[in-house]
Amino acid sequence: MRTVRIGCGAGFADDRVEPALELVEHGALDYLVFECLAERTVALAQLERLADPKSGFNEWLVERMEAVLAPCAERGVRVVTNMGAANPLAAAQVVVGVARQLGLGGVRVAAVTGDDVLDVVRGSDLPLTDGNGTVADLGERIIASNAYLGVGPVVHALELGADVVVCGRVADPSLFLAPLVHEFGWPLDDWRLLARGTAVGHLLECAGQVTGGYFADPGVNDVPGLVRLGFPLAEVAADGAFSVSKVPGSGGRVTVATVAEQLLYEVHNPAAYVTPDVVADFSAARATQVDEDRASVSGIDGGPRPDHLKVSVAYRDGFIGEGQISYAGANAEARGRLALDIVRERLRLLGFDGAETRFDLIGVDAVHRAPEGFRSGGHSAPEVRARVAARAETLADARRIGREVTALWLNGPAGGAGANRSARENIAVASVLVPRDVVRHDVHVLEA
Amino acid sequence: MLLHHVAHARSGDKGATADVTVIARHPADFPMLRDQVTADRVRAHLTGVVGGVVRRYEVPSLGALKFVLEDALDGGVTRSLALDAHGKALAMCLLEMELPGESPTPHATATVQGPTVEGMTR
Repeated sequence: MRTVRIGCGAGFADDRVEPALELVEHGALDYLVFECLAERTVALAQLERLADPKSGFNEWLVERMEAVLAPCAERGVRVVTNMGAANPLAAAQVVVGVARQLGLGGVRVAAVTGDDVLDVVRGSDLPLTDGNGTVADLGERIIASNAYLGVGPVVHALELGADVVVCGRVADPSLFLAPLVHEFGWPLDDWRLLARGTAVGHLLECAGQVTGGYFADPGVNDVPGLVRLGFPLAEVAADGAFSVSKVPGSGGRVTVATVAEQLLYEVHNPAAYVTPDVVADFSAARATQVDEDRASVSGIDGGPRPDHLKVSVAYRDGFIGEGQISYAGANAEARGRLALDIVRERLRLLGFDGAETRFDLIGVDAVHRAPEGFRSGGHSAPEVRARVAARAETLADARRIGREVTALWLNGPAGGAGANRSARENIAVASVLVPRDVVRHDVHVLEA
Repeated sequence: MLLHHVAHARSGDKGATADVTVIARHPADFPMLRDQVTADRVRAHLTGVVGGVVRRYEVPSLGALKFVLEDALDGGVTRSLALDAHGKALAMCLLEMELPGESPTPHATATVQGPTVEGMTR
């Protein structure tokens, strides 16, 4: 029975590079997918593009392509990626440049555009899905609007013979579903097949998160070889049956536990995982260990795709100032709390009392989210780090907030150590839904 | 007994909604988890974290409970002032929940059924 083998070479913008090469060299792949866009990534790339029209794509695009293009060309492995971010055309030209430098004449690189719907969305009365007003309310603060495209444009690019498909915003699982639709000719209304392919994509899209990353808990869930964690690959049959594994000898583990965690990851309602292509139902999914580091998943179903596409709307959201300082040794926790009390009062004296603020004691309560939960005795922490963050209307004010923390070096509790501060503009992201037909895509094919 | 002894868990996020999956280490423990780890108890354990509704979904075939925690991320990942803006630590914090009993029931079996929405609490 014919199968298609898809590997995932990156699960986020800054992911490791060499596991992708390992997959190409030893994974007998047909496709390699790099998924590199988080919620805010396209907006940050859009800011870069505004400063330089030739930029606005993933920082590691060249390094990744230099690593994999030649071995992919040699083995006929086709690449799909959303590393185009806010500028897929410029990114595709960069890929062509890398291919030429490597002497890979004839490599076809497709750029997918059309996810940028800023002109359609800006100033509209489309309601934000979080209930906080409309797009028009964001006024001039809006900087990017990108629709989550489905498989359509990627399948189109593959039909045109692209060896590398460079996209901006495409729904993450769709990057993996598209090669399956292309190879097996799955109808775009066969919801069960599309749901199975979507499960493949969802399991692979975070790369190492299904092969033992984000899982290790020493003595409880031990994972060998996280230093050289292998990235996942799926072997998929025409009926959508599939297994997830990794290259033998690579680090990590693929078990029913890692697969179950990742299948349900960020899937709010397991019976209704919504993508542009299908509403997938994982509520009766089963995972089976079929071999060492290989698990199959069955019981996936699906229903009709939604009528609307989700659009991320990024906007300028003021500034955030932050400062941190450490206290260690005798009475550390009390000195840390005193530091926070001082800054709280200082911000009030300086007129920041209306600002949204946060006061944390790292080592005690900064990240811990179950204050009433289990605590290991009543011992004072051996060291703490006081952290203050606050929202400000200007960059200058944001800097002043951090300065109130670094000023504790000389003016605060005894033994203040390792203070630092930062200030940045914050870009926030809201969502709207738009009818499918307002989003048009284009595919541009370049040749090395 | 801590939930950590019988389950593993993973946190995720979407906007201002956090999402925690709790999975039985052994399928036989799933009915006990379903009885004990209710939406109400999760909300109580995470006092001060969840501003909105806690919804629980069940996936018995994976031995999994899914908790969707609305308004739990300080205004959302892209607006939050928190050190852990994504709520990545929530799952391991939830595993500190205390359960009755000394050890898991060894012979119980999970009954297979579709997902149900249980115990919406505010």
